[in-house]
Amino acid sequence: MPVRATVWRGFYQDSVVLMHVAAEVRALPGVRLAAALMGTPANHELLSSAGLATPDSKNATAADLVLAVDAATDAEAEAALAAAKGFFDERRRARESTGRALPRTLDGALKQMPDANVALISVPGDYAKLEALTALRRGLHVFLFSDNVPVGDEVELKRLALAQQRLCMGPDCGTAYLGGVGLGFANVVPRGRIGCVAAAGTGLQAVASHVATLGEGISHGIGVGGRDLSAEVGGMMTFFALRKLADDPSTDAIVIIAKPPAPEVMPQLDAAIRTITKPVVVCALGAAVPASAPATWVTTLEDAAEAAVAGIRGRAWAPRSFTDAAAVRSRVAAIAAGARPRGALLGLFTGGTLAHEARVILEPLVGPVNIDGAAPGSAHRVIDLGADEFTRGRAHPMIDVAARDSRIREAGAAADVAVLLVDLVLGRGAHPDPGPSLAAAIRDARATAERDGRTLVAIASVVGTDGDPQGLARQIAELRAADVHVLPSSAQAARSAALVLDPRLASRLLSA
Amino acid sequence: MNTTDVMPQEPLRVVNVGLELFARELEAQGVEVVHVDWRPPAGGAEIAALLGRLGD
Repeated sequence: MPVRATVWRGFYQDSVVLMHVAAEVRALPGVRLAAALMGTPANHELLSSAGLATPDSKNATAADLVLAVDAATDAEAEAALAAAKGFFDERRRARESTGRALPRTLDGALKQMPDANVALISVPGDYAKLEALTALRRGLHVFLFSDNVPVGDEVELKRLALAQQRLCMGPDCGTAYLGGVGLGFANVVPRGRIGCVAAAGTGLQAVASHVATLGEGISHGIGVGGRDLSAEVGGMMTFFALRKLADDPSTDAIVIIAKPPAPEVMPQLDAAIRTITKPVVVCALGAAVPASAPATWVTTLEDAAEAAVAGIRGRAWAPRSFTDAAAVRSRVAAIAAGARPRGALLGLFTGGTLAHEARVILEPLVGPVNIDGAAPGSAHRVIDLGADEFTRGRAHPMIDVAARDSRIREAGAAADVAVLLVDLVLGRGAHPDPGPSLAAAIRDARATAERDGRTLVAIASVVGTDGDPQGLARQIAELRAADVHVLPSSAQAARSAALVLDPRLASRLLSA
Repeated sequence: MNTTDVMPQEPLRVVNVGLELFARELEAQGVEVVHVDWRPPAGGAEIAALLGRLGD
């Protein structure tokens, strides 16, 4: 098979644009493999491992775009490269037709918009600090989507932000809501009375979507990045955001969504919450609840939304395992009546917070779960495909769904996998229609498993609202048509997976 | 902007540096955005790190 590569010197394109180009080229006649990447060291490794490296491609730098194809014939390879060039030419023509010259730098942008108040930064991690520093020095609030930013740089950025009385949301912040506007990956939710301070992205998306489903809305949702409550960062932005929400007249209740705080930060968090007179709900996944907690501590994202809504409505609230226990019971009974799934759970998540929440729910029910190298010997595995190691040089799996889809297909052939647990995250910024390809991958995996005489049960939850561009109901219908068990929340999906693995759990989870 | 505002003043006015997708999503919400045609600085990541350490 001829492999051809072409290098465009000094031609930078972002990872989402490159993903679209690669997908278009891959769909051309005769093309077996195609990659469109910037020439970073990590991407050179990817090209080599895919057999797509050529003498030309190896000379590309991080500022150069590499397009490489493996096609059936020379003519088809050349045609594919020409098609990619056509794609970029078309983009350039479309941009030029607007008659507006795009600035090349943040300072150039501020000449066009001197009263800008927020910088949204999503450049590769190596360059993120420089852009964020510039934005903070110019007095802008920063939404820093970029990941792969060293923690020392995060500390420096947040110190500067506090000195400037500005928000530094991130690094690795996927989602924020500011005054009704969603930044980054954001579900379409009404503006309302609940304010959130959230570690990263999908936790905030899940809580905001549940709040919307319950008929309330979000005042502001401030992302702080997953390391903010670590010992190194010391909760700088969490405490700043909490004070802002406590003072904000449009916020009637506050939800904190976090990873377990470092022990040395816990007393400060406790003290910060005690100064707030509004209802406060804390969902710190996996953290032990303090003995004399001044807030409502909950264990799941769904519970966080329900407790906050109950708080502003002045109603009592208690957690429950399932919205519709009868439906779960009959589903689990139907699975138990068929060929019993034998094996372990594989969770393939695009949302990091959702992946960690799944572990927190599953471990007390089914035993240790291997995630991020924890419990490495465990049969049950949960993988966060949005983690830094999977997103270097490529778009986030909520946009670029291909990587997870191929892992799902591989799981069909894995003799030790009996239950597949997945999330599907909708909203602005996410893939425009992810349900059909996820459903197709699950169908293929199940067919492979069945050919091998195994049963593969697929369980999912969808983070989304009726207002999202992808359509919540339509995405759920796509999955259900592929015989995927779709639960109303990630927590319920994890519990349902536990029930399939061990039906004896029914007495604990379905007794209500 | 003054230094005492509680939250970003409304309406948001955004400079987008990076994924063009995010600029389009903001525009779809009626937010004024200037998208930066960003590219890595000459000299790559090392120069960016050096510039990041320098004062302004």
